[in-house]
Formats: sequence, structure tokens, C-alpha cells
Amino acid sequence: MTQLWDFSGGIHPPEHKDFSTTRPVRRAGIPERLVLPLQQHTGDPAETIVGVGERVLKGQKIAAVKTGMGVAVHAPTSGVIESIVEHPVPHPSGMADWCMTLRPDGEDQWCSRKPVPDYRALDRDQVLGIIRDAGISGMGGAGFPTSIKLRPPRDRKINILILNGAECEPYITADDMTMREKADEVVAGLKVMAWILRPERCVIGIEDNKPDAIAAMRKATEGTQTEIAVIPTKYPSGGEKQLVQILTGMEVPSGGIPADIGVICQNIGTAVAVAQAVLDGTPLISRVVTITGEAVREPGNFEALIGTPIKYLLEQAGVQQDRLSRLVLGGPMMGYTLTTDAVPVIKTTNCVIAAAASELPAPLPEQPCIRCGQCAEACPMELLPQQLFWYAKATEFDKAEHLNLFDCIECGACSYVCPSSIPLVQYYRFAKGEIRMQRAEQRKADRARERFEARQSRLEREREEKERRRKERAKAAADAQARKKAEAEQAAAEGAVADGRSAKAALVEQALARKKAKAEASQPPPAAEPQSTH
Amino acid sequence: MWTSVLVAVLVLLALAVVFGGLLGFAAERFKVEGNPLADQIDALLPQTQCGQCSYPGCRPYAEAIARGGCINKCPPGGESTIKALANLLGVEPEPLDAEHGVEQVKRVAVIREDECIGCTKCIQACPVDAILGAAKHMHTVIEGECTGCDLCVEPCPVDCIDMVTVEPDILTWTWAPPTPGLIATDRQGASA
Repeated sequence: MTQLWDFSGGIHPPEHKDFSTTRPVRRAGIPERLVLPLQQHTGDPAETIVGVGERVLKGQKIAAVKTGMGVAVHAPTSGVIESIVEHPVPHPSGMADWCMTLRPDGEDQWCSRKPVPDYRALDRDQVLGIIRDAGISGMGGAGFPTSIKLRPPRDRKINILILNGAECEPYITADDMTMREKADEVVAGLKVMAWILRPERCVIGIEDNKPDAIAAMRKATEGTQTEIAVIPTKYPSGGEKQLVQILTGMEVPSGGIPADIGVICQNIGTAVAVAQAVLDGTPLISRVVTITGEAVREPGNFEALIGTPIKYLLEQAGVQQDRLSRLVLGGPMMGYTLTTDAVPVIKTTNCVIAAAASELPAPLPEQPCIRCGQCAEACPMELLPQQLFWYAKATEFDKAEHLNLFDCIECGACSYVCPSSIPLVQYYRFAKGEIRMQRAEQRKADRARERFEARQSRLEREREEKERRRKERAKAAADAQARKKAEAEQAAAEGAVADGRSAKAALVEQALARKKAKAEASQPPPAAEPQSTH
Repeated sequence: MWTSVLVAVLVLLALAVVFGGLLGFAAERFKVEGNPLADQIDALLPQTQCGQCSYPGCRPYAEAIARGGCINKCPPGGESTIKALANLLGVEPEPLDAEHGVEQVKRVAVIREDECIGCTKCIQACPVDAILGAAKHMHTVIEGECTGCDLCVEPCPVDCIDMVTVEPDILTWTWAPPTPGLIATDRQGASA
């Protein structure tokens, strides 16, 4: 029996999971048109490598990441690339982003695949390369590229590999159904990842409200050292940091990642994708999505191609448009409202709730905080939601940051328990966004300052250069004049060149000399002669 | 009696000489080049280098503030910069001086390239070297480096530079603050 710990806080919202677990996972089939966003993961968007009008085969890479962090996008079925356009994507802003649209030809023709059943014969980096080329990013929520996560820094020894089957958020059952129906593939994927990371322990954490999944996983891991940890149902036990704490008793440091304490956490769906990529040579082109809520007649899970419009899946589940009041992507706690059902399923889409009006009513109006402190008790990260709320509302972001705003996992437990129905998480998201924006602006300002100073020094240098050149020119001119003068003097001294003026001066001098001599000759010195006569 | 007074005076005198010497040495040895306060102020200014404050750039304005100038002359920085400056200098924040302009949304300069005659006047005006081009060749603005200072618009002889508002895209989008809704009693009234 695996030893378990507890995390502080947490809540027990109504689960509503039984809506979607009564039917087996259905194949959604091929819709009329697939929309494939170029960015379905954390990092840099992929770049298209096929053109509009080109025919592509199922599993063919259609967008690759050339530089930076990211994963590739593959064609989920054979067909023709219809366009590369801006199309609404699953994003809380409801904005559009660049997508490739694919018109399936219905033949579902595979490109050539290279299964590697004997992956142990390969180098670990080669297997990581297969995982990267298969376009696998985390399928639980954030969509971090899996090949990067599976390559922790060299100085970090990974002791524990955790497979996150907690799926703690109400309504969502995608991982539950995957474990029930594809337990062998989950375990195969876990084995590949364990071979890459060589941890001391492999643990699959599952909440105790999924007995069928637990039984299936127990059966699949029989005879192996993989531990199945049945953890008490409490939201948000499926949060990465919470699950690590439950299973290891260690806390992920603030601002750090689980690898900092020797733990790596992977999603159930990711494990299946890794198994398919390595053992079958199949890239990530489909995933299990829960379609649930009171506004669909046949809620359940669908194996949907990436790029399938949500509208198509809702129709398959028998949506009742007259009952539908709100479409939520993700769970009711952390998900967001969709503005259109045209958005496609992407690699991180795990659930769509088609809610009736009574099911997820519009939030009650916000009332003043009464300082009851229930939020602080519910917070799984042991933060001070009340203080964060005050500071976020007063836009005193530095103080909010000082109270570890960035440790907030936005689980929504505080908003759920708030008796004044204050949308606390929305305040935190706002504050985080503002802080990130301010930081970006600061970076830009620093860069502008650098460029301004560089320009100033360049102008200064140019001015000095100009001044120096001007002085040099002046000096050269003065030198030339002095040289000319000196030459002239020298010539005069040598008498080589006698101009009229100097000749005249010489004549005057000669005349003066003659006159002097004459005067001396006609007037004998009076003093000398008497002396001599006496 | 007199000797003890003399001793005390001499001791104090000696101490004064020693410490005075130490302070004098420290003042020379650990002298700070430039004005650290101006540096701190400069770090808070938005570095648009637009000159709307009537100083030729952010650094000169920072130096002017360090000498005791007004802190409310920077329209690009707006309210938040005034607040940050007031916080740093320990003075009361003042409203933005409208004489120097009003706070605007973030903009960048865009050259209508087919109208550009390649006169290089805008290149000479740009304080952060964000315009690229050569004489008699088309110029263009490096958007990421443009601070939106406006200084290139005026010199352009053919008026082919527009200041375009930067719209948030999916990468720069952030959550809006919750909008205060109706209070509970109003809501009951509204739904009734």
C-alpha cells in the first residue's frame, strides 16, 4: 500500500461524473472539415510545411517547429489543405489564431508509419525524438511539449514518475474512460517513459471515485512494480503540485517544477499518446473528449480527431439547442465559456460542458468581502486569497506579488466557497496579466533606453569625428601657407629671384654708401692733423 | 581641575581630527560617479524618448526631476509613472500636466511604403533607430523597436507615416478585471 499524505484546503463540489461514464467511448468519425491551429501547446507556434491545395495523408506532418520550443502538427486524416486562415481557437479571449483547414477525402489513407516495438534497442534520445516528431504535448491542460518534459536537466535525478489519473474536476471523465478501456496502452506508455527517465518508483494516482478505472489499472499492472495509489476524492487533488504532495509528501518549491524535487508528472492521455507514437508509429492525431451537460441527450466520451469542430461533437451527442444556455470548455471550476461552437478540439481539450440554464447559472452579483476567511481555508496552495483580492482590486500588484500571487494555480476553490460570490480567481488572473504586461513593458523600455543611448553615443562620435577632421583640414591649410612663406624667404636669400623692389632697395643702399664715402674723403678729420703737426 | 578640562578638549579634538580624516578619505575613495537618483528615476520613465516633457529625452528629464522638477510631465507614462515616481521620491502624486499632452493608448508608427520617397528625414528624427532605409530607397519601421513617440510624423515631407493603435492579439491578451455588476437587491428588482 502506497503511503499517502494530504494537502491543505480543498473542496468537495458535486461531481456529475456519472453523466458521461455510462456509455463506452464512441468514435466521433470524420467531420466535413478539420481546423488545425498551429499553436496547440506552450511555446512557439509551428510553421506550415505544406501549401494550400496540397493533398496530405493521414499522419503526415503538416506543420513543424524549426526553432524554439514546440511540437509539430499532423494531418488527422487524408485530404486536401483547403486554406491557412485565422479562425477562432479554444482560448479564453475568444480570439482567432492561425489555423490550417483540411477537407477530408473520406479515404482515411495512412502515410507510411514506422512502429518501434523494440524501442529498448534504441538510444534514449532517439526515442525522445520519436515523441517530439509525433507532436505530443501534455494533454491535461497546459500543453507543455512532452519530449522536453521527459528530458530534465542533467543534474536532476528523477526518483518518482507519477501518472496523473486523479481527474478531480467535476464532469470530466476522459481520463477515467481511457483508463477503463485502454489500460494496457496507458501502462505501455508509462513503461516507455519509465525507460527514458529510469525512476525508482512509478505511481499511478487515481481518485477513489473511479473504482472501474482502478480495477482496470490494477489488472493491467499486475506483476509489475508500478504502484496504483488510490487517493481520497478532493478537489484539486489532480493539480500537479497537489498530487505530488499527496503521493510523496514533498512540496514543489515556489516558482519551481516537480523535477526540482526529483518528480515528473504525466497525464493519462499523454501516456497513451506516447505508447501509440513509439509502438505503433502513430502521431498525436486524436484524443478522448468528454461531451457532457444537461443540454445533450447522450453525454459521453468521444475519440475525436484533433481539429474536429466542437459543433460536430455536440451534434453527435444530441445537443438540444433550446436547452443549451452556456458552453464551457474544460471543467466547471477551471474552464472558460466558449463564445462559439466553431472552435476545434485541440491537443489539450478534455471536456466540453453543454450546460442548461439551471446547471451552471450566471454568477451571482459580487457582494462585499465579509472577511470570513473561508477562502484561506479552501486554498490548496496555502495562500491568502483575501489579501490577494484586496491588492488585486486596488491594483497594488507589487504587494499581491509579494504574497506569492504567482503560486496561485487558479483552481477556483476560493471562489467556490466565497459566501459573497466574489469572482476571486478572475481578480487573480487580471492581476497576473497586468504584472506580466508591466514586465514586458519594462523590458521594452530597457531596450529603448539602450538603443537611445547607443544612438546618442553614435551621434556624439560622429560629431567628434567631424570636428577632428575640420581641425585637421585647418591645420593642413596653415602648414601649407607656412611652407610657402619659408620657401619664398629662402629664395630671396639666395638671390636667385630678385624682384624690382629689392633691386631698388639695393640701389638706395649703394647710393647711401657712396655718399658716406664721399663725405669722409672731402672732410679730413680735424683732430688728427693738429696732433700730428704739434 | 584645568588639566582634566584640557584633557577632555584634547581628546575630543583628536577624535574630531581622526573621524574627519576618515570621512574625507571615504568621500574621495567611494565617490559615486553620476547621480544615482537620476538613474532610479530614469528606470521608471517609459523611455519613449518623445520629448513631450520639453526635455530632449527621458534621461535629461530624469536629471531634471532629480534636481527637483515636476513629476507630471510624462504623457506616455501617464498615471502609473507619476505614481511610481511619487513613491520613489516620497512626494504626493499630481495629475498629469495637460500642457505636455494627454495619456494615449499604445501606438506604433507605420510608413505607407509605396508613398515613401526615401528622404531619410524620419530616420534622422527617430530617437531609437527604429526606422530602416537609405537615401532614395523605401524606409520601414521596425515595429518591435518603435516606442510610438510621434517624432517621425512631423518631418515627413509627404505625410506617409501613420500612428497606428496596437490592438491586443491572442498572445498579448490578458484577463480583464471583473466588471462590477448589479448589487443583489438591484438584481431582484431587475428580474422582477
